[in-house]
Amino acid sequence: MSAVKATAPATSGAYAIELKNVNVFYGEKLAVKDVNVNIQRQKITAFIGPSGCGKSTVLRALNRMNDLVLGARVAGEVIYNGQNLYGPNIDPVEVRRRIGMVFQKANPFPKSIYDNIAYGPRLLGIRGKQQLDDIVERSLKGAFLWDEVKNDLKKSGLALSGGQQQRLCIARAVAIEPDVILMDEPCSALDPIATQAIEELMRELVKTYTIVIVTHNMQQAQRVADFTAFFSIRKEMLNEGKDRRWGVLVEYAPTATIFNSPANEETERYIGGEFG
Amino acid sequence: MTDNTLDTQIDLVRDEGFYQTNLRSRKFRGNLWKNFFLLAIIVAFGALLALFYNIANSAFGYVVEDYAVNPTTLAPDGNLSALREDELIAILLEYQERRLPVYIRDYVFTGDPTQFTTLPVSEVLAGKWYPPETDALTIRDLTPAQQAEVLERNMDQAQMVTLITEQVVDPVVLESYTLVESIFNRPAIEAEFQEEFVEQGATLYFTSWVNLDFLTSPLSNNPAAAGARTAIIGTLLVVIVTICIAFPIGVGAAIYLEEYSDHQEGHFLTRMNRIIETNIRNLAGVPSIIYGLLGLAVFVRTLGGVTGGRTIISASLTMALLILPVIIINAQEALRAVPSSLRDASYGMGATKWQTIYKVVMPSAIPGILTGTILAMSRAIGETAPLIIVGASTFILFDPSSLQSRFTVLPILIYNWTSRPQPEFKNLAASAIIVLLVLLLILNATAIILRQRARKSLAS
Ligand SMILES: Nc1ncnc2c1ncn2[C@@H]1O[C@H](COP(=O)(O)OP(=O)(O)OP(=O)(O)O)[C@@H](O)[C@H]1O
Ligand SMILES: [Mg+2]
Repeated sequence: MSAVKATAPATSGAYAIELKNVNVFYGEKLAVKDVNVNIQRQKITAFIGPSGCGKSTVLRALNRMNDLVLGARVAGEVIYNGQNLYGPNIDPVEVRRRIGMVFQKANPFPKSIYDNIAYGPRLLGIRGKQQLDDIVERSLKGAFLWDEVKNDLKKSGLALSGGQQQRLCIARAVAIEPDVILMDEPCSALDPIATQAIEELMRELVKTYTIVIVTHNMQQAQRVADFTAFFSIRKEMLNEGKDRRWGVLVEYAPTATIFNSPANEETERYIGGEFG
Repeated sequence: MTDNTLDTQIDLVRDEGFYQTNLRSRKFRGNLWKNFFLLAIIVAFGALLALFYNIANSAFGYVVEDYAVNPTTLAPDGNLSALREDELIAILLEYQERRLPVYIRDYVFTGDPTQFTTLPVSEVLAGKWYPPETDALTIRDLTPAQQAEVLERNMDQAQMVTLITEQVVDPVVLESYTLVESIFNRPAIEAEFQEEFVEQGATLYFTSWVNLDFLTSPLSNNPAAAGARTAIIGTLLVVIVTICIAFPIGVGAAIYLEEYSDHQEGHFLTRMNRIIETNIRNLAGVPSIIYGLLGLAVFVRTLGGVTGGRTIISASLTMALLILPVIIINAQEALRAVPSSLRDASYGMGATKWQTIYKVVMPSAIPGILTGTILAMSRAIGETAPLIIVGASTFILFDPSSLQSRFTVLPILIYNWTSRPQPEFKNLAASAIIVLLVLLLILNATAIILRQRARKSLAS
């Protein structure tokens, strides 16, 4: 089994991840069709689009989280550091160590704050107390959470507020220093202040990491994202009033272009609030 | 649906009279159900009270007791346990000189009883102490003093106390009264005692049939001396060994079925696993006696060379089979209840499947798994039928000393005692029931404490 490479070979250019003709199926059902996106290194890329258009599906295809869904199947290529993540001999466990994930609903483990952060490093086999202490401190500082929790690291992660829990989850993802961090609507359950904290955090993290975020919040995409991909739904009428729907990538460009002068009329209508 | 019918329905939503009429019947129905549930709990509670009443009624009360030899004449305050071995042997020599060989047979000799009288001492007592000059004689040729010495050297003090209590003191319960009689009919009991028993030298006293002696004495045919120790040890051993076998296998099977058995739809392994799962669910409902028959065929007969036949290990293996489905089903439920967001979090960090199971899924599922184990354990303690079939003894003199010992358990003891003619055994059976219930409580409490701990370590 060939290891998933941590650092980019010289040839792979500015792209962290390249999606080539990616199709995702749930069982027989086609969920997204022919997605081609090049995700820029150390930039924030936002996925926007109406509900059900497959944003989460594409995001989860990037670190093979779809493997956990029974019956899910990905066709096409997801190139990371010159390797196709869906090629033979690629272990999803290694993929996810390089490409971490933060979920829509904060999901800290029912363990202490310390153990939540130390979880990833311990998975990798790091046992030394001093080392773990350092990683916990650095990760919590990196997630702007250190000052709030440094005095009760033994407290349960579940005892934190929603916004703090989400930052804990980001700190947990950062603790193993991945290359790319995927975030699926990380602020959808948070108030504006907690949202602002996370957005600032993302701007900070992007200095080190490549970030892909799914969001329903247009302002958020405008505030944080360098690039934006707009997805939409295509449907085909079948007989007896039934239809078949799948998601497609409509437009992918620098955020300013998408919001100020979109090339596609559908994009324009969506960001203008006319549908979705 | 046409617009017209739609409008009528919306009108009903606005109709206050309609709302009020329905409100009354809605509340009435709610109250009806509430009262039904209350009734259910009252019936259940009443049944429980009746059970406790019945047991307590037999387990406590006045008894009239008499002795062949009053223990106060043998030891100060009648306390035999305080005597030394040589003093106890002296009592035996004085009162039971002619029965000494019988006691050697019952308490020292371990071979075939039919050869006991014919073999020479050197063989009968091989490996034990005997007077060296007597090795060619048979036991009967020894002098009573020599026989007494054999007993003294080869028995411990506690055994002698039991022996003397049973054979010399030989307490006899002449009459026993229920707790209710004892409390409300005391004058009548005392009058009866004065009239019928007092001149024989019997004594009347209030007793609890469950007492230290009951817990520490071995089984006996004499109700005044009988205790439940052998059965208590048997029950504990069987239950503990059963759990030790069934818990790891059951939890392991549950983990496999829940975490590892998912293959693509239509894969033949998926179908296999589904068949296995359905069968486990059905096995949980198979009557326990069938497990007994299985245990008899497999563990007692076929594997008799390893298990030793009708032994604790055979019984435990059978019981383990019996409770395995319960443990598996409950553990599966517990594993399924672990939120998938936690699994996602773990996999999203690059954890392997085993790391995720071990570090995230198991800690969250352990409280639920332990709940299932408590249920299973309670079942194992109470089961009687399969143990009768795999050969629990109804009467044994010796405590089980290894997993390959013969044994008896409390439910069988209770059954055995309730079917005896002497009325005192009813009192003993009630006491044994109390012991069984307390044992159940203790084991359950242990498991609950463990579960609480697991919960706490999850929450902190
Ligand atoms: N586990 C699954 N099994 C089957 N179908 C799924 C599964 N997850 C998603 N889908 C389908 O795939 C399509 C895309 O879903 P996805 O969750 O990716 O949409 P989304 O763009 O993230 O929507 P939202 O904005 O509401 O989160 C939908 O039609 C959905 O029904
Ligand atoms: Mg989504």
